[in-house]
Amino acid sequence: MQPGEGGAPHDIAIEMIGVNKWFGAFHALRDIDLRVARGERIVVCGPSGSGKSTLIRCINGLAAHESGQIFVEGTELTSDLRHIHEVRREVGMVFQQFNLFPHLTILENCTLAPVHVLKMDRAEAAAVAMHYLGKVQIPEQADKYPGQLSGGQQQRVAIARALCMNPKIMLFDEPTSALDPEMVKEVLETMVGLARDGMTMLCVTHEMGFAREVADRVIFMDAGAIVEINRPEAFFSEPQHERTRAFLGQIL
Amino acid sequence: MAAAIYVRRTGAAPREAPPPTQSLAGRLRASLFDGWRASLLTIAVLALLALLLPPLLRFLIFDAVWSAPNGELCRAPGAGACWAFIARKLPYFTYGSYPVPERWRVDVVMALGAVLIVWLLWLDAARRRIAAVLFFGVYPPVSFALLYGAPSIGLPRVDSDLWGGILVSLLVAVVGIVVSMPLGILLALGRRSALPALSIASAGFIEIVRGVPMITVLFMANTMLPLFLPENLAPDRLARPLIGVALFASAYMAEVVRGGLRAIPRGQYEGAAALGFGFWRSLRLIILPQALRHVIPGIVNTFIGLFKDTTLVAIVGIFDFLRTVDAARLDPIWAGPTISTTGYVFAAMFYFVFCFAMSRYSLYVERRLSRGRGH
Repeated sequence: MQPGEGGAPHDIAIEMIGVNKWFGAFHALRDIDLRVARGERIVVCGPSGSGKSTLIRCINGLAAHESGQIFVEGTELTSDLRHIHEVRREVGMVFQQFNLFPHLTILENCTLAPVHVLKMDRAEAAAVAMHYLGKVQIPEQADKYPGQLSGGQQQRVAIARALCMNPKIMLFDEPTSALDPEMVKEVLETMVGLARDGMTMLCVTHEMGFAREVADRVIFMDAGAIVEINRPEAFFSEPQHERTRAFLGQIL
Repeated sequence: MAAAIYVRRTGAAPREAPPPTQSLAGRLRASLFDGWRASLLTIAVLALLALLLPPLLRFLIFDAVWSAPNGELCRAPGAGACWAFIARKLPYFTYGSYPVPERWRVDVVMALGAVLIVWLLWLDAARRRIAAVLFFGVYPPVSFALLYGAPSIGLPRVDSDLWGGILVSLLVAVVGIVVSMPLGILLALGRRSALPALSIASAGFIEIVRGVPMITVLFMANTMLPLFLPENLAPDRLARPLIGVALFASAYMAEVVRGGLRAIPRGQYEGAAALGFGFWRSLRLIILPQALRHVIPGIVNTFIGLFKDTTLVAIVGIFDFLRTVDAARLDPIWAGPTISTTGYVFAAMFYFVFCFAMSRYSLYVERRLSRGRGH
């Protein structure tokens, strides 16, 4: 089947066909085939270096794939910058290290892209930002700087900042790995709320409780390849693959 | 036997804070006479001051000649600094040989420049965007027309050979600063570029310019620039060292800016890219504001160096401020034993005031930018 030129079914958010990626001689992604439906919540797990971060970074063009095809909301990611920008406008991303802009206030962090990329009116952008800051429960921090917030608060701001662009898809790259244990919960609760609202989500995480609660499918990756995809109940209770069992044995 | 459990039910009463400061005398004793080594050092420094200050004050103030028609009084034995000489020569120090009836044009340019620069640098000022447009867009052509002349609007031409003094020093410094900043940023970006041609060209320019003395650059600008250009396009005698100074400062600025760019973690680029920012926009809004903040001390350091390096344009025959001081002290009407010292002390004070102002301003900016932020 050839998706792309009008061929992609309307309920497909992301489609990856035979995607490969190398870092020098290191084969980071091997023949990845993946279809994500609109509104689907997917959790990607696997040992470190298994390519799970690279996988989601390919979806918004932060990493370029070397072979295969990736379609996001019907747009194919190529080396064409216009396509990459088009895709990034549809896809929000939350990073392990938050990547907030330290020289701007929380509110400015949230309005910068809407104002300069979407050409939104400043007052409207501020209203949108306050709406999402309210949603992640920190509207009162709007005038502070990122350095004055706790890690959990910063990560919630990062989520709000991505949401201000009104994305169709949200990517999470180990959003709780850099947080102190007592702050993991507040970020996961925000993400659960987002999932309830029907956002299409791809989430690299080791939080298996989160996977159980909200994921439609869990992907296990190893050595750059997708080893197993399954519904969470089945994934945890009867993993099919030996490597999956070994991995789950280590982290559960 | 009572249970070995103790639970405190009331909070402990807050204790009185220790006295915030000691008495002035106590603090002085603690900082100046804390032990015999500190005492010895304090006494030595005081002795040195007692030795140096009185003759210095006598020369600069008490024995100084404040007004005199010529060098007669200054030549008297025991006379101190000849400030009368400075006062008499101040117009020459300021304008060089700029024709006297046209000097109001220089005054206008300097006054406009001062107003715009204060407006631009004062972070709390209103409408600084307008100040920027005026300073970078309107001010240069207006100044050029005023200084160089525009016969079409009734301003007679004044050849740049006649310009001199503080006018030329400030002109070279301001043009150098205004050009070196953007050019330095472009060179720094070029050097970090993934395109080999761009990166090699930028690195080559930076290394070559940094690798030769400023005087060489000035000589090259003076003698070689005209060789490369057709005769009618050969730049003005003053413009050549101006270009030389600007290029020289750009190379240094590029390395300072590159240091700032290196301090920006990759996550900032990725965060910006993920939000849909293109290269130039993320640079302008996210990367450069942070990178330049990191290197404010280095930038100001370069500006201060540049400001003092403007004296080197005298090598290629430009009468900058220091050169006019140097020329004026030979005037036979004023020549005397204290004239040279007076002239150079005045020159030193002039350069110090500007450099110290830049230094203080950079501290003000640093403090302002870090206000209200964590870390």
